[in-house]
Amino acid sequence: MLKNRIIPCLDVKEGRVVKGINFVDLIDAGDPVEQASIYNQGGADEICFLDITASSDKRDILFDTVQKTAECCFVPLTVGGGVRSIQDIRKLLLAGADKVSINTAAIQNPNLIKESSNKFGSQCIVVAIDAKKTSNNTWTVFTHGGREATEFDAVEFAKLAEKNGAGEILLTSMDRDGTKEGYDIELTKKISNNLSIPVIASGGVGNLEHLKDGIVQGGASAVLAASIFHFGEYSISEAKEYLKKENVPVRL
Amino acid sequence: MKIAIIDYESGNLKSVSKAVELASNNVSSKSNVEIINSAKNLKNFDKIVLPGQGSFKQCYQSLLSIDGILDELFNFVLEKQRPILGICVGMQLFSTYGEEDGGSKGFDWIKGKVKKINLNNENLKLPHMGWNNININQSSRLLSGIENESHFYFVHSFAFDVENKDCVSATTDYSIKFVSAVEKENIFGTQFHPEKSQLNGIKILENFVKLK
Repeated sequence: MLKNRIIPCLDVKEGRVVKGINFVDLIDAGDPVEQASIYNQGGADEICFLDITASSDKRDILFDTVQKTAECCFVPLTVGGGVRSIQDIRKLLLAGADKVSINTAAIQNPNLIKESSNKFGSQCIVVAIDAKKTSNNTWTVFTHGGREATEFDAVEFAKLAEKNGAGEILLTSMDRDGTKEGYDIELTKKISNNLSIPVIASGGVGNLEHLKDGIVQGGASAVLAASIFHFGEYSISEAKEYLKKENVPVRL
Repeated sequence: MKIAIIDYESGNLKSVSKAVELASNNVSSKSNVEIINSAKNLKNFDKIVLPGQGSFKQCYQSLLSIDGILDELFNFVLEKQRPILGICVGMQLFSTYGEEDGGSKGFDWIKGKVKKINLNNENLKLPHMGWNNININQSSRLLSGIENESHFYFVHSFAFDVENKDCVSATTDYSIKFVSAVEKENIFGTQFHPEKSQLNGIKILENFVKLK
């Protein structure tokens, strides 16, 4: 039986893991290589590395940090931040990424999803959607690390991404990010129900019950969390033991 | 022991080479892992790993575009009978035919077709992505020492429908049962990614490195 995935996320700024609230007020949460190594050994099903200011700083991702992080990962590593071209993706794969997450460039150049999934395969291409509730039952896509609003409706954009060959959607609720109030279940459910590819729920986890809610109520195939793991509130194995007890299929 | 990893610009090459290097160092300090993107030196190697991500057709075409590499691969595997390990689409290429993306012929080393997974449960997602168990159903050299029902990491939407069940070394359930590992004499393949499957995956790569 296929298991639900638990994915710790390293939001990296200037080579350090950071954690913010609603995408701002960042505080230091350690060294990415050390953190990745701990998660790799601690039973993480995948690890996600996001260079959160690469797009807004208009620079390349930190390839050497990615490479060092990948050295200690023997679970799938998704890398994102400032990915703009086929060449960027190839470079990240050569640095040790298994999947590449595209956010800002997927909006600016929708062809990039199509071209990159044709070249590297859908399994490689994660489309990251940062969404904010803008009115009742409507969520809007933001880019540049949540700094710029777009005209895209989150559900419509997710469907377009799937059509263009995305292998999965990393869905972050900007309203919930860092709040510890739990995922935006409504948003997660709406997107998951409209797509046939897997959805990773992200943004807002404060306790283990939230992880369960993302999977059971939100219909996510995988749940991503950062601060509850980084600051040692819970270990990955505690999260998995809890989910197992709640009859959510996980890999122990 | 010299092991070649074929680079045809497909997928997570570095992850594969890193895991094979780790496995080969665990087995013997004398082994040597190299990434190869041309046909010319292939004959000097003892073993080949053929990774593969993307569509069957695109992978086949990419290999075809490397001058002479298919002839060398056929010679290596069928004439010299040296071991090859195909991973994911790398394994699927061993088939007769792949239906993905308009269809393409394969190497026809193991008879059968690669077809889209036909889910019978609308709540399930494709690609089949994540950790799933394997049911080991014969005495496999590649899967030696791996406990039945162990977890491995998968990401694929197509699966290899193998004609001769004697070539199937493991299966996996995802509403339907599909082939997750094949083995025929010197030809080995996994639908899952050993390079991303933690200790169990490294163990499989060690088994491959140890093969005589």
